[in-house]
Amino acid sequence: SHQRKWADKEYVGFAALPNQLHRKSVKKGFDFTLMVAGESGLGKSTLINSLFLTNLYEDRQVPEASARLTQTLTIERRGVEIEEGGIKVKLTLVDTPGFGDSVDCSDCWLPVVRFIEEQFEQYLRDESGLNRKNIQDSRVHCCLYFISPFGRGLRPLDVAFLRAVHEKVNIIPVIGKADALMPKETQALKQKIRDQLREEEINIYQFPECDSDEDEDFKRQDAQMKESIPFAVVGSCEVVRDGGNRPMRGRRYSWGTVEVENPHHCDFLNLRRMLVQTHLQDLKEVTHDVLYEGYRARCLQSLARPGARDRASRSKLSRQSATEIPLPMLPLAETEKLIREKDEELRRMQEMLEKMQAQMQQSQAPGEQSDAL
Amino acid sequence: MSKGQSGLGKSTLVNTLFKSQVSRKASSWNRDEKIPKTVEIKAIGHVIEEGGVKMKLTVIDTPGFGDQINNENCWEPIEKYINEQYEKFLKEEVNIARKKRIPDTRVHCCLYFISPTGHSLRPLDLEFMKHLSKVVNIIPVIAKADTMTLEEKSEFKQRVRKELEVNGIEFYPQKEFDEDLEDKTENDKIRQESMPFAVVGSDKEYQVNGKRVLGRKTPWGIIEVENLNHCEFALLRDFVIRTHLQDLKEVTHNIHYETYRAKRLNDNGGLPPGEGLLGTVLPPVPATPCPTAE
Repeated sequence: SHQRKWADKEYVGFAALPNQLHRKSVKKGFDFTLMVAGESGLGKSTLINSLFLTNLYEDRQVPEASARLTQTLTIERRGVEIEEGGIKVKLTLVDTPGFGDSVDCSDCWLPVVRFIEEQFEQYLRDESGLNRKNIQDSRVHCCLYFISPFGRGLRPLDVAFLRAVHEKVNIIPVIGKADALMPKETQALKQKIRDQLREEEINIYQFPECDSDEDEDFKRQDAQMKESIPFAVVGSCEVVRDGGNRPMRGRRYSWGTVEVENPHHCDFLNLRRMLVQTHLQDLKEVTHDVLYEGYRARCLQSLARPGARDRASRSKLSRQSATEIPLPMLPLAETEKLIREKDEELRRMQEMLEKMQAQMQQSQAPGEQSDAL
Repeated sequence: MSKGQSGLGKSTLVNTLFKSQVSRKASSWNRDEKIPKTVEIKAIGHVIEEGGVKMKLTVIDTPGFGDQINNENCWEPIEKYINEQYEKFLKEEVNIARKKRIPDTRVHCCLYFISPTGHSLRPLDLEFMKHLSKVVNIIPVIAKADTMTLEEKSEFKQRVRKELEVNGIEFYPQKEFDEDLEDKTENDKIRQESMPFAVVGSDKEYQVNGKRVLGRKTPWGIIEVENLNHCEFALLRDFVIRTHLQDLKEVTHNIHYETYRAKRLNDNGGLPPGEGLLGTVLPPVPATPCPTAE
């Protein structure tokens, strides 16, 4: 159709570029890493299953309270390949079971921060390495943070976690199990959370402005969606069939049925639209262009400071220790190359020395010792 | 006394408990309240009346409980408060010239609010109930139960009951204090089937089928607080107020208070003679009859 349009004029043909990009992207496939965080019991797993129409948490066992008394936070990764309309997505979900569970949750967010930074670290090494064609991007592109609908806004633990990660990952705050709230309560809670985020200077992911040439309807819808943040969500793995209506995911109570995809019941559709349909790519770009670059700059800057190189090589050995805060390191590939070269040199020198020693022993009279080398 | 993290609807529920069919001034809950940095103990007294019967009700709230990042030992101020009331009573009791009716500020019942996660109890819940069930009657309650379907409610309750049993936590009505077979049968049913009560509270009224009912109005329906098909608020109310109010007081007086008293007298026995509670030798104290409802 492009060709027909331009048939009367002379053209070079690069109007076909977007198509080429599209085909290459589709062939390459997309990968996306989504972290889900928040205390247990807020419906995180159910929501993920609802969002991606999967059953990722089938085999999950939730431990009893007495077992959780001594549980430390763990980081779990689950991968799933989803295909839709010919588009393949490799989705990696990062879970943080144990978060907010213990009686004493001090510093319980540190393993999460470390995890996010380790992905940056890995990428930095890969980027500086020799084989850059197939870099695996394991960086966390987005963190869905679940806030309790039972509280009065952000709790001290929420604030501590968000402050620890907001410069390292795109945060999208959501209110879980939002069917606990009446409409007025939802509005009040959302406003409270927004106020708190501002007061605590927490930077959540900013959905970009829509283009000025979009039509009014689209702009209105876009503004509406932005105003509904934090998204008040409800998830369900059950399909309810209500009379003549088509079957849909919902929660059936004695007093009525909550429909997950009903915009009057919750913001599930908004979240799905913004996260999956329109902003998946932007989340990846912000992660790469802003958050990762920030990390990389901080890393390289601290390496340039005197004493940093010593610290870096020492920290490589002690990296396994859990109490060590990871220091920026020299790219592994380059270091190894240097070491190999030096080893070669040393070996050659050693060989030469041995040769010289042998020669000297031969030319010496037996019994005489040489004190020079 | 009502316990549990902030936002679980404790104040609203207590209002609902004593407001439904009883007219009194409701205490308001201010949405702009900030989470206090330490556990506070707030006691507010009310006098309510029904059918010529007056009751002096004291509601003790504990804002700040379980809200911090580090909640270690956050039950200690509460345990301390409860013991302080026992101490007050004890001091009055051993007085030579004591009042005919000793003012009773002891805590007769502690409603512990469990968050409706649907999974299990939280470690903090276990720790609190383990410590406090030894000094006060604890009635565990599942708060904001309108987020659970019937199935989820039933499964959650089963799991909570099992966890409490496995951890040796005796909630009210405690098995060991069942007085006779009739008591035991009635209480067994409550312990093994009904508790913990899954409740919803509200101080707002809506029109349902021509009646004004306390409830919560959502886009998908109206939750009626006193409708047993919706939640167990009515069961809790009947249990605490209509059938077991006197028993709650008796168990507090005859068991918890006596335990405290015995321990105090024992400790005091370690002191040299001549040193009693108030600096005098302790006279033998005849057991005081349990105060009945005024």
